[in-house]
Amino acid sequence: MVPLTHYLIFSAVLFSIGVLGVLIRRNAIVVFMCVEIMLNAVNVSLIAFDRYLNQHDGQIFSFMVMCVAAAEVSVGLAIVIALFRNKATVNLDEINLMKW
Amino acid sequence: MELLIFYPLALVSVILALFVVFNKSPIGSAVCLIGMMLGLAGVFILLQAHFLAILQIIVYAGAIMVLFMFVIMLLNLKDDDTKWKIRERNIFLSSATGVLIVGILYKIIDVTTDTKFDSPATVPDNFGTVEVVGTALFTDFVLPFEVASILLLAAMVGAVVLAKSKVD
Repeated sequence: MVPLTHYLIFSAVLFSIGVLGVLIRRNAIVVFMCVEIMLNAVNVSLIAFDRYLNQHDGQIFSFMVMCVAAAEVSVGLAIVIALFRNKATVNLDEINLMKW
Repeated sequence: MELLIFYPLALVSVILALFVVFNKSPIGSAVCLIGMMLGLAGVFILLQAHFLAILQIIVYAGAIMVLFMFVIMLLNLKDDDTKWKIRERNIFLSSATGVLIVGILYKIIDVTTDTKFDSPATVPDNFGTVEVVGTALFTDFVLPFEVASILLLAAMVGAVVLAKSKVD
């Protein structure tokens, strides 16, 4: 049997990889993909806790996480398309209109 | 036996996640991300969350990644990342954030090394099936479910508005 700690470490490693990607990549689309990695990592730990505590709440919660991810991706990619139309780049360093 | 299934799946998922971050081309990143999500679906099946595993394949690997692919192809981004490198400017801030995250995650994992979590609870045979999760979704969690539908509607309208009109 796999102890719960292994699932949590797996989830933590995936989450850290996602954070790493958001911090070091400048391509807006790759940054979105790294956000997806983070959401998936959270889903893993929710479902693992569910299995080890014999409950269903975590599965419902990760269902909601999937809904939010779908909404986030559709709006985010629409924003990327709108930005690309104006500036012809998806490099986040060059999109600094709202920087202080 | 379960360990023999879990470790290869976890290893493949982590390696593919690293490829997502360090791949030069966005298309390569997207393909690696699809592979990672399929690996995670395997982990979900190992945890007896069959419904979520199927949703993971249909919604993530199917719908969301197709959207990503579509946008990458539409914008034709293949040359955009040739100048990619790690930026030196924020290296201190990044290291500090990394140490902080590792510390927080270590603390969380440390808390859960309770003997209660050593082996999984004995679950009924129908744990994680569509029937059980669906029943919970439409009885106890019917309000969050409806709110999620409103969220998806708002996202749909927002995406159409953003992609249609020119931003000034």
